[in-house]
Amino acid sequence: MERPLTQHLRKDNKPLSLKEYEQVGGYQALRKVVKMSPQEVQALVKDSNLKGRGGAGFSTGLKWSFVPMNAPKPKYLVANADEMEPGTFKDRILLEQTPHQLIEGMIIAAFAIQADQSFVFLRWAYKTAAQTILQAIHEAEAAGYLGKNILGSGFDLHMHLHTGVGRYMCGEETALLNSLEGKRATPRAKPPFPQVSGLFGRPTIVNNVETLCCLPHIVSHGAEWFKKLSLTQDAGTKIYGVSGKVKKPGAWELPMGVTLRELIEEHAGGMQDGLKFRGALPGGASTDFLVEEHLDVKMDFAGVAAAGSRLGTGTVVVLDDKTCPVGFVKNLEHFFAQESCGFCTPCREGLPWIEKILDSIDNGDGRPEDLKLLEAHTKLLGPGNTFCALAPGAMEPLQSALKYFREDFEKHINEKQCTYSKIMSTAV
Amino acid sequence: MATLYIDNQPHEVNSGHNLLEACLSLGLDLPYFCWHPAMGSVGACRQCAIKVYKDENDKKGRLIMSCMEPVTNNQRISVADTEAKEFREEVIGWLMTNHPHDCAVCDEGGSCHLQDMTVMTGHAYRKFRYKKRTHTNQDLGPFINHEMNRCIQCYRCVRFYKDYAGGKDFDVFASRNKVYFGRQEDGVLESEFSGNLAEVCPTGVFTDKTLKQHYTRKWDLTMAPSICQHCSLGCNIIAGERYGSLRMIGNRYHGEVNGYFICDRGRFGYEFVNAPGRVRQPIMNGQVIGRKEVLQEINRLLKEAKVIGIGSPRASIQSNFALKALVGKNNFYHGVSESEHDMAELAIRILKEGPVRTPSLKEVESCDAVFILGEDLTNSSPMLALAVRQAARVQPMNEVAKANIPEWNDAAVREFVQDKNGPFFSATIHDTKLDELASEKYYAAPDDIARLGFAVAHRIDSAVPDVPNYPEELKQLADRIASGLLQSENPVVISGVSSESETVMRAAANVAWALHSKKKKAGLVLTMLECNSLGLAMMGGGKLDGAFNAVLNGHADTAIIMENDLYRHGSFATVDKFLKTCKQVIVLEHTPHATLKKAHVIIPAGTFAESDGMLINNEGRAQRFFQVYESTEVIQESWRWLLNMGINAGNEHMSQWKNFEDITKAIAQEEEFLKGVDTITPPSSFRVAGQRIPREPHRYSGRTAMNANINVSEPKPPEDPDSSLSYTMEGYRGLAPSSMIPFFWSPGWNSVQSVNKYQNEIGASLKGGDPGLRLIEPEPGAVANYFSTVPEVFQPIADHFWLVWTHHIFGSEELSKRSPSVAQRMPQHPYAMINPKDAEQQKVNEGDKISFEVEKHVYVLMVKLNNTIPSGVAALPYGLEGMPSTELPGWGILKR
Repeated sequence: MERPLTQHLRKDNKPLSLKEYEQVGGYQALRKVVKMSPQEVQALVKDSNLKGRGGAGFSTGLKWSFVPMNAPKPKYLVANADEMEPGTFKDRILLEQTPHQLIEGMIIAAFAIQADQSFVFLRWAYKTAAQTILQAIHEAEAAGYLGKNILGSGFDLHMHLHTGVGRYMCGEETALLNSLEGKRATPRAKPPFPQVSGLFGRPTIVNNVETLCCLPHIVSHGAEWFKKLSLTQDAGTKIYGVSGKVKKPGAWELPMGVTLRELIEEHAGGMQDGLKFRGALPGGASTDFLVEEHLDVKMDFAGVAAAGSRLGTGTVVVLDDKTCPVGFVKNLEHFFAQESCGFCTPCREGLPWIEKILDSIDNGDGRPEDLKLLEAHTKLLGPGNTFCALAPGAMEPLQSALKYFREDFEKHINEKQCTYSKIMSTAV
Repeated sequence: MATLYIDNQPHEVNSGHNLLEACLSLGLDLPYFCWHPAMGSVGACRQCAIKVYKDENDKKGRLIMSCMEPVTNNQRISVADTEAKEFREEVIGWLMTNHPHDCAVCDEGGSCHLQDMTVMTGHAYRKFRYKKRTHTNQDLGPFINHEMNRCIQCYRCVRFYKDYAGGKDFDVFASRNKVYFGRQEDGVLESEFSGNLAEVCPTGVFTDKTLKQHYTRKWDLTMAPSICQHCSLGCNIIAGERYGSLRMIGNRYHGEVNGYFICDRGRFGYEFVNAPGRVRQPIMNGQVIGRKEVLQEINRLLKEAKVIGIGSPRASIQSNFALKALVGKNNFYHGVSESEHDMAELAIRILKEGPVRTPSLKEVESCDAVFILGEDLTNSSPMLALAVRQAARVQPMNEVAKANIPEWNDAAVREFVQDKNGPFFSATIHDTKLDELASEKYYAAPDDIARLGFAVAHRIDSAVPDVPNYPEELKQLADRIASGLLQSENPVVISGVSSESETVMRAAANVAWALHSKKKKAGLVLTMLECNSLGLAMMGGGKLDGAFNAVLNGHADTAIIMENDLYRHGSFATVDKFLKTCKQVIVLEHTPHATLKKAHVIIPAGTFAESDGMLINNEGRAQRFFQVYESTEVIQESWRWLLNMGINAGNEHMSQWKNFEDITKAIAQEEEFLKGVDTITPPSSFRVAGQRIPREPHRYSGRTAMNANINVSEPKPPEDPDSSLSYTMEGYRGLAPSSMIPFFWSPGWNSVQSVNKYQNEIGASLKGGDPGLRLIEPEPGAVANYFSTVPEVFQPIADHFWLVWTHHIFGSEELSKRSPSVAQRMPQHPYAMINPKDAEQQKVNEGDKISFEVEKHVYVLMVKLNNTIPSGVAALPYGLEGMPSTELPGWGILKR
């Protein structure tokens, strides 16, 4: 089983130095890229069927192709390293342990769109990664991989680290760009897309860390190789993660398309003793619950979608039978309500309302009509109705909880209390 | 144009619009909050949701925000779709989770866009059973009240204040359901346009604090269309009265002049009308007398006297014309300083004889390059400053269009444009607020500003003489400005009377004409000092000095001074001497001032609120203002007093006139420059279905009760002899002619947003055409007759300062400064602004006293340091209490 992204990680979790990275083939892809045309790089990535690993699963090559190639400089490439989706910690591994892989990926992406400035937009809490990335940028600059006339190709690229201040909203690419500009982290309407008017109104590409880390390997080994890494239609490997009350929570690079069962039972070691699997959010907090019947779903973009959820970030949050699903969802909705930027009405006003209702239900103060209100909100806060995807994402765990764990909600309301032991209640 | 199918009905709509604008332009009721016709769309509130369909067979459709989608040809949408309607209702439901139920005690209650939209969507029952979030409010100064709990987070306030008007001290803070709109801390809102927040806010967060002082429901006001009296731009306003006092000023939309906004001087300056000390009764030799008596006395006086009349740049053309008719053409004098008089005449000559047209404010907004010479627009003509702020964006906006971003997509446009500005050049005596937009700025004495103008004009067209021995550095500056202007399509050159320099105005004309010679669609804006400066100048009349000499030389012994404080226009000593020499000084006035103290007879004139009249704005647009209410006292319009006097005196000319219309017709016939002014409003006989246009909304309350403490019988409302407006609630309820809209209202639209219903299409002209008549257009085939005298370079003189005026939006204008709220915003002390280098030389610091002798008078002023003012020049605040009454510019001798 090939693990191109993580096979060279050090056992002590320390970052690979430039030297170590070069010894395992680092920056060879870049040497290859600078001899190609940007269009060839774009075509290669498009052929590889690489899809964005940030959650949306959009074709990376296609995304790049909307950048006007003849637009004057500056053009920007941004690595979205603001990994704040609850239950998600896959990029952190790459950021902390293999920074040069990210930098090489970024240089390749920047070359493909002919960007001359690049930023790593890093989650504020990733303090170790901040050190690692900064160190790696300096090393890469010193080695001539960054800066002017990279490897004698005439291609210039500067790279900067920007640490955020801890807003979930900044994971949304246009809010990220606003934040990077020093503005409020509110999303932007699309069109115009960042490819046309992104950072400071200039053509910009924002790619997820894991997506960017795939690029050196696609360049080195080719599109066909990349596709074959996968068990399914969606190409490549994927860093999957599992959290919750399993025996061995963690993250693993696996072929795209492993089943949920395999992830939980083999890699995460199964449920902790005395606990049963109740359900799981397959791709972070903003995805629909999957339950027992979905355990054999293949964890790729199409497979999870067919089961009524989303692959999202591919990091699974497991719900067990001793944790109250109402409390679980309330905790998530608290997060989303708190992280709403306050720009559009449904999200700003709807999410706190939902949180309050869930709180009432959880505290035995729920009313039968509350379920109708919750259900109505899952539709009213759907995609297109709100300004960005935050609220629709927040509705995914709620709507599926109402579907799969309805008896729990009803029981809370009817018995006017939560019958789960509060001590066991999970904070995600 | 495009065809748009709305609920299966085809409509022709403007293809440049978004779907919300298209629907509203068609007169459909579609609720909205965050979109604003002047500020475009951001998609925040989600209130204007509709359905869009792929094609005829698509029955399901997709919910979209109509403000965020462009019109496309043959598109199919539904406003009536159930899902869309339910969503719109739910948006109100969300907003109401936190909006307080305090409509009964809210200033906006009953004229609130949020109420209207709530009713429109049908939201009625509350499903939210939790506590509402609360905020603390801020003290934002004398103009605007803050009540944050009512906020529905539409973001309009911050978008207007910061993005549109360039304010720096207002923002949105925090996030989620705690977003907060206000200042970083309590304090006076710095923007000159803050009052617009009261109209931009769709509910009662930002309200007019001056209205609150004497609050009345807006529909309980008697209202009339009026014209702002506080600068020369002639913004259209609505003035409202109740119980005999003027309660508020609102914007009256005019597609060509002020659009949706007015400045704070215009909105809050009105309280001079109610101010204590108002002239309310005739006074003769210190004794109050009756109307009849005073007219008799005057008749007696005039029979024996050799009379001259002194008119006023802040009185209507009717009043000035009536005065001229009473005293005779040769005895009528303009009540303005020599330089004001000459500059107004020069302006008319430049605009009429030159080939370049003066654009309206709306046209200025779309000019793609700006060159300002000698004007601090923010302080002298604030709405022009707001217009050039938009003009600065025109060239970057061309790039926006190339990127296929629609102009109305405001957030995207601002993102794409960033802080880029088009060519914007400013040459002023000292720094101004617009400097932040300027790609080139130059601070100099007026003559040096004029020299730069000549140098620029020469570089555009070599037929203009160059400036001899011009320094290299300034040559390069002139080169850059000239090339910037030449790269534009329709540049605007702006100058005016602020710098009191004819040479600056000539230089500005040269630049505009030179651009015209290069086939540019150039515009030239010349601002005036007062609301009717241009109207007065167009009427002809002697200079003020002539009036003084007539009396001092014994040709006349009696002066009728109308709505004029001569001490503002002439030097103290001369005016003093003149008034002392007059046997009789008869003053028609509403507002107390120094001249009034010297009057033998005082006649209470109506302010604009109690008067009908017309003003000519700086672009030569004749505009009518209507009496808001008839005074219960002896107050009447100056022209009506003068007409009474004329008839009493057997003046044949005046005896033919009965009312406003007769005077206006006479003006149109007799005044060469004012032809056509009798056509700008329908005649007083105008009726729709036999009805007048009511000044009061049909919701006006308390009519039978308001005077019941005096008499239980409702008094007969006054008849208006001068217009077809009525003083009651009764009358025609449909669309009034555009020149006489007393208030905006439409069924279901009780707030100012109802203006949508009065426009041909959103943001365009009013139905029936924007009112007023432009009297000055360049004569066909006019050619540029360049001014050829380049002024000498300014040379400072030791121990002297060249004194010039600097203007303050709050304090420089005579009437508005009597408004208590405006008075709070005035500079507290008269001062002399000088360069720190000069201060060092004179060994004075900020706040020290400095003394000048001007025309044998010594003035002691406080030193105010400014790095940008040229050495040897001192700027003094115009019109401020305690300022020297003298004609500037001029040399002041420094006294130790």
